[in-house]
Amino acid sequence: MIEKTLKGKPAYWIWLAFLGMFMAIGAACYVRQYNFGLGMTGMSRDVSWGLYISQFTFLVGVAAGGVMLVLPYYVHDYKEFGKITILGEFLAIGAIVMCLLFIMADLGQPMRALNVVLHPSPNSMLFYDAIVLNGYLFLNVLCGWVILTAEKKQVKPPKWIYFFVYLSIPFAVSIHTVTAMLYCGLPGRHFWLSAIIAPRFLASAFAAGPALIIIACLVVKRVAGFDAGRKAMNKLVTIIIYAALLNMFFVGLEFFVGYYSNIPGHKHALEYLFFGLEHNGHVYNNLVPFMWAFVILAFGAIAVLATPAARKNDFVLGLGALMLFVAFWLDKGIGFVLAGFVPTPLHEITEYIPTVNELGITIGVWATGFMVVTLLYKIAIGVEHEVEG
Amino acid sequence: MDKQRRKFLKIAGASVIAGIGAPAIIKLSASPALASGGHAAPAAGHAPAAAAHGGPTEEAPKGVRLGMVIDTRKMNADQGLLDNAIRACIDAHNIPEIPSKKSEIKWLWKAPFENVFTDASGYHGSKKITENDFAVLCNHCDDPPCVKACPTQATFKVASTGIVAMDFHRCIGCRFCMAACPYGARSFNWQDPRPYIKKYNKEFPSRMKGVVEKCNFCAERLALGQEPACVESCKGTDAIVFGDLNDPKSEIRAVLDKEFTIQRKPTLGTKPSVFYIV
Repeated sequence: MIEKTLKGKPAYWIWLAFLGMFMAIGAACYVRQYNFGLGMTGMSRDVSWGLYISQFTFLVGVAAGGVMLVLPYYVHDYKEFGKITILGEFLAIGAIVMCLLFIMADLGQPMRALNVVLHPSPNSMLFYDAIVLNGYLFLNVLCGWVILTAEKKQVKPPKWIYFFVYLSIPFAVSIHTVTAMLYCGLPGRHFWLSAIIAPRFLASAFAAGPALIIIACLVVKRVAGFDAGRKAMNKLVTIIIYAALLNMFFVGLEFFVGYYSNIPGHKHALEYLFFGLEHNGHVYNNLVPFMWAFVILAFGAIAVLATPAARKNDFVLGLGALMLFVAFWLDKGIGFVLAGFVPTPLHEITEYIPTVNELGITIGVWATGFMVVTLLYKIAIGVEHEVEG
Repeated sequence: MDKQRRKFLKIAGASVIAGIGAPAIIKLSASPALASGGHAAPAAGHAPAAAAHGGPTEEAPKGVRLGMVIDTRKMNADQGLLDNAIRACIDAHNIPEIPSKKSEIKWLWKAPFENVFTDASGYHGSKKITENDFAVLCNHCDDPPCVKACPTQATFKVASTGIVAMDFHRCIGCRFCMAACPYGARSFNWQDPRPYIKKYNKEFPSRMKGVVEKCNFCAERLALGQEPACVESCKGTDAIVFGDLNDPKSEIRAVLDKEFTIQRKPTLGTKPSVFYIV
């Protein structure tokens, strides 16, 4: 089936070349970082995680979001998702590839990464995160490939594969739960030390992941003549709206706990994110525009997706999905990780601004993920066309 | 267990045996496993002090648990003491002196009261609190969050001393320990530190880029029967008292019994081994 990636229209090759260019830029930036050290980034002693880990956190959610197709189709027998479940699985593969690349980009000693396996440490949440992420990657590759092969041969998928399909459902939940546990089990980081982090992560994942799937479906509809069907899209919209509202509700609860209890430690990070935090006469507020953009885009997206026009018009649907994806990226891919470091354990405030080199690597990893997804979608849609035609 | 660590433990063990006869400064002898003296099970006598200093949970009652009492009255009276201690620490451990705040490496440093004791109130604080700097270093917690977070056991608790140690050769540089430490005690080598080492000490390794480091209570000096560098630099003043918190006959226990001391963020349950007399 891999041969399907080798044939395509000029637009396909231009798109791949475009992604390849950013991948090359990312690789060049990474060589620079590898040689100098992570000092090439904007990270510091005080803000010791930056864009890499925040992208990782967000993309784990995108990967987990694929389960919003698998669950209705395989458990509730919602037939409309039959055509696009494979797209959800392949999107998850691309997202996890990005997650693993971001982790590698963030390591000070990447050549020692296997120490996590060689010296397993069951106390560390990172140990479990490595297990569930690689497990979920394996499950999606296995299930996606076996089911697609069966489709190509126009036979029913083998029965044993359903065991792995059902197994992938708790795995999807676990990857984001364990990722939340990386943060919410740390004493002294008040913003992260909240039991609602895992549910909030899942809610935003189940909105952002399907939103990206909608965008992907609309793109392949235009460029590859593959129509996922209106009914499936509309169902996804329903899922997205509920999940997005839940996420906003959870954010609101964080505000209630912080501001009603009036405990400074519970308020500092929220204040820093949304209003600017005053400290020794200086107001630190470089994330404020991002966070208000998140709030406005999120509610705007929910409103757009809820309009009847979104059920008929591809443009309105795509706009709503894109707004929602960007909103939750701002929330989790920018705000959540960075605000955890404010204030520092010694109650100082250090702000973080990524460097150009760091942005180059970040864009390079995103381009790699898009490349993986493009190639996998090319295969999946090629098979669909072959079967239909 | 890798070679590095085994070697370290061997040295530590050998020094314990040597310490029985020699006038070792820090006696690593309270644990029954190390079998030197009869005062090995002081759990009952120790309990009240532990409760007083460590918050609600019970402290590890057995074995050697090295700790430190910093007498900030003495430090404040002579600010040179702390500066000398910091200098001694830098020289002993090849700590690079990187000028940018972004990349600096700190094992022992000084900071204002409100930064060190973030959950103590500075409201209408005395001049002593507002005008002086206080020593900050790794607390060598009895229940260290950094050790729990580390995915490779590159940072670990040494059972025979209670020291929270680092294996610089195993650390992958994920910086999970830095996020986990509630005391900001850990530094990361954002670049090659070697050009910033002013005076090279051949007795201690320098680090490479991409690994985390922090105060090690001078484990390498203890192994040779020497005091930690900062303690030695304050010799004769008792500004820093170092010893076994579980040994009721130790000097540090005498100080803790006599003086009112505080710890940093005791409510987090990490059970710090560094105490301050304010």
